[in-house]
Amino acid sequence: MTATADMTATADMTATADMTATADMIVPAFDDDVATGRKLAIIVSKGSLDMAYPGLILGNAALGEGVELHLFFTFWGFDIITKGRMEHLKFSPVGNPAAHIPAALAPMPGMTTMATHMMHKSLEELDIPDVPEFLALIKASGAHIWACRLSADMNHLTLEDLWDGVDGILNASDFIEMTDGAQLLFI
Amino acid sequence: MPTTMINGHDVSVDDEGFMTVYDEWDEATGAALAQAIGVNMTDEHWQVIRFLRNDFKAQGATPTIRRVSTAGGVDTKKLFQLFPKKPAKKMAYIAGLPKPAGCV
Repeated sequence: MTATADMTATADMTATADMTATADMIVPAFDDDVATGRKLAIIVSKGSLDMAYPGLILGNAALGEGVELHLFFTFWGFDIITKGRMEHLKFSPVGNPAAHIPAALAPMPGMTTMATHMMHKSLEELDIPDVPEFLALIKASGAHIWACRLSADMNHLTLEDLWDGVDGILNASDFIEMTDGAQLLFI
Repeated sequence: MPTTMINGHDVSVDDEGFMTVYDEWDEATGAALAQAIGVNMTDEHWQVIRFLRNDFKAQGATPTIRRVSTAGGVDTKKLFQLFPKKPAKKMAYIAGLPKPAGCV
């Protein structure tokens, strides 16, 4: 018999079963109060398929832990939230030794299409949602999704051109102000 | 492996208090676990917990939030309302299952 069980047995004699159950149970610390105020801001600056996922996965995990999340899409990362582009992100093996494709072959025609197809397949096998569905998932989980002002202007895009879940277009100062006290991640 | 008294029964749990033996759980135990973490169980909560139990039995793994919404048919927003802040872990805890292992 463990110490906990011993204590429970003793307490049983003096308290009602219900009270004992709660008083002596090993209950996980979900840290409901501690997590209040923890805030994470992720700057998503790359628009390739492989670099879209880290921000989405970590953001999703943060939301699942009760952390307030702000995702800021900027520069190349803008494609991830641009209606006409978000479903067509590509993975290119060029300049990426970790893709394990000989450097001379990587720039050949068709390689990007093939590599993208293979990545989609791997993600699908693991039941990882595609980018639009992933965005919808984190939005439903309470994510704040922001677009970068300069990137919008450079691409001649407005809120109309962006995915419906985007909360707004922010300039750099707005973003800094909004993420006061947040932990920051640049991807 | 520690044990703890839940609803008048000695059950096996891990160091954090998550139950480790599938068959030691019944709905009365689930209700006691929910009470311990401040979740007031309604029919909607039970619908989710029953899905988790069945899915674990069928798949051998605790479903993630996404799976509860895609396969269990309860949307993500709702899950955050029913089990505030840490739905995946809270659902698993009440259902007497291990924490989900998947990233997504």
